[in-house]
Amino acid sequence: MAETLEKTAAKTAEPLFGKKEKKLLTDPLNDNNPITVQVLGICSALAVTSLVWPSLVMAIAVIFVCAFSNLFTSLLRTYIPKQVRMIVQLVIIASLVTLVELTLKYLNYPVYKQLSVYIGLIITNCIVMGRLEAFAMANKPWRSFLDGIGNGLGYGAILVMVGVIREIFGKGSLFASSPFEWKIIGPSAEYSIDTTTSWMFGWYANNNLMVLSAAAMFIIGIMIWIQRSYNKKLVDVS
Amino acid sequence: MGTRYVVIFVVALTASVAVLLTGFRQITKPVADRNEEIFNKRAILSAVGDYLGEGMKVSDLQDDQVLGIFDEQVQQVTLDMQGNEIEGVKAEDIEMAKEKKKPSAERKLPLFIYSQGGEKFYIVSIRGVGLWDEIWGNIALKSDLNTIAGASFDHAGETPGLGAEIKDNSAFPRAFKEKEIFKDGEYVSINVRKGGAIDKKHEVDGITGATVTSDGVTDMLYDGIKNYIPYFNSIRQQSMR
Repeated sequence: MAETLEKTAAKTAEPLFGKKEKKLLTDPLNDNNPITVQVLGICSALAVTSLVWPSLVMAIAVIFVCAFSNLFTSLLRTYIPKQVRMIVQLVIIASLVTLVELTLKYLNYPVYKQLSVYIGLIITNCIVMGRLEAFAMANKPWRSFLDGIGNGLGYGAILVMVGVIREIFGKGSLFASSPFEWKIIGPSAEYSIDTTTSWMFGWYANNNLMVLSAAAMFIIGIMIWIQRSYNKKLVDVS
Repeated sequence: MGTRYVVIFVVALTASVAVLLTGFRQITKPVADRNEEIFNKRAILSAVGDYLGEGMKVSDLQDDQVLGIFDEQVQQVTLDMQGNEIEGVKAEDIEMAKEKKKPSAERKLPLFIYSQGGEKFYIVSIRGVGLWDEIWGNIALKSDLNTIAGASFDHAGETPGLGAEIKDNSAFPRAFKEKEIFKDGEYVSINVRKGGAIDKKHEVDGITGATVTSDGVTDMLYDGIKNYIPYFNSIRQQSMR
């Protein structure tokens, strides 16, 4: 009798979506961002962000893989043998990534063709495995799931931000090679601002550095700088 | 936890994951395969994108229209490396990636002959290597078998914004239009020149920052179209007779 009482008490103390759960979602967006604070997942952040559209699809795919690999790992956490836990985690991640690939092939083949290389790269994304090791192996399924979504969002937000900056200044467009392509500034009549005829922007040329991966390194570096200048919690005082 | 438990756990996990993924693949396969077929045929048709008929664009075509055009207006021919037609093999079933791995004498070549308004277009498939991975394309030749009517390119993993421009930037394939692959009767193919085309009839502008991909396209064009020359010569001889 006393036991059941305790259990119900514990349950009411842990609401489905309380302060702690909310923090799991918001923390990775700023204070514990996987890219700008933990500096994980940099490889794909450099590789896919030259255009917004691939960055966005990549972000969605990572949110999915991160959330569900966290969920499944957490469900299995008491059964996973410690000696082979990394291999088990990798099996879970790899199958989810394959699932994403197959779904894309089914739903939208052109997008699959465009992104197949990057989707495969999710398996090697340290953020996913990092969350499994650091969080899902020690927490309950629902919270792990939220943690996965939060970290995926934190990663995706940076990816899309870098993508927007790189595409606007590198190519003068937004969402290129997607159905919502918007050509903003460039040297032909297809663009909203045509630099060949505009009297104001005749001098403008795209910055070719922005197209190269190195540009993402600079942009992420500047982002880290800005974030640290206003978020004093992140500054290591020791 | 003993070794036995570990082995059982891992085997059970991998087996269930394998069953799950194979099952999912089997369910999605018919649709995925049809998507792939339409995707490939659309790429072939985009080489003759300017000759689809009044106001029609490949990007506006419905999936069924793509398949319809292929059934009605496209004649498929399979060739061997000597330029002879091979019976019983459909050109659309040839996978260029597999053919490329075979010894060159045993390769099969797909040729799509598209007819529109009494004129014939010969669409050849070519494949080569870019900077990171394979690149491929379809080149449409007019019935003089010299002038290019259109081109389309694709790639497996070129850098977005650089090498990937061969596909993403529509100006690149468009530049091939009206170029000629023969110079004074000699086969020269089309050269993608870094810094801009000099010989306007046989060269197109290279892509800035993507020299390796541009050179890959040049090599792919030269080697790829060359394979079809014996067949083209036999057509020419027939028409002369």
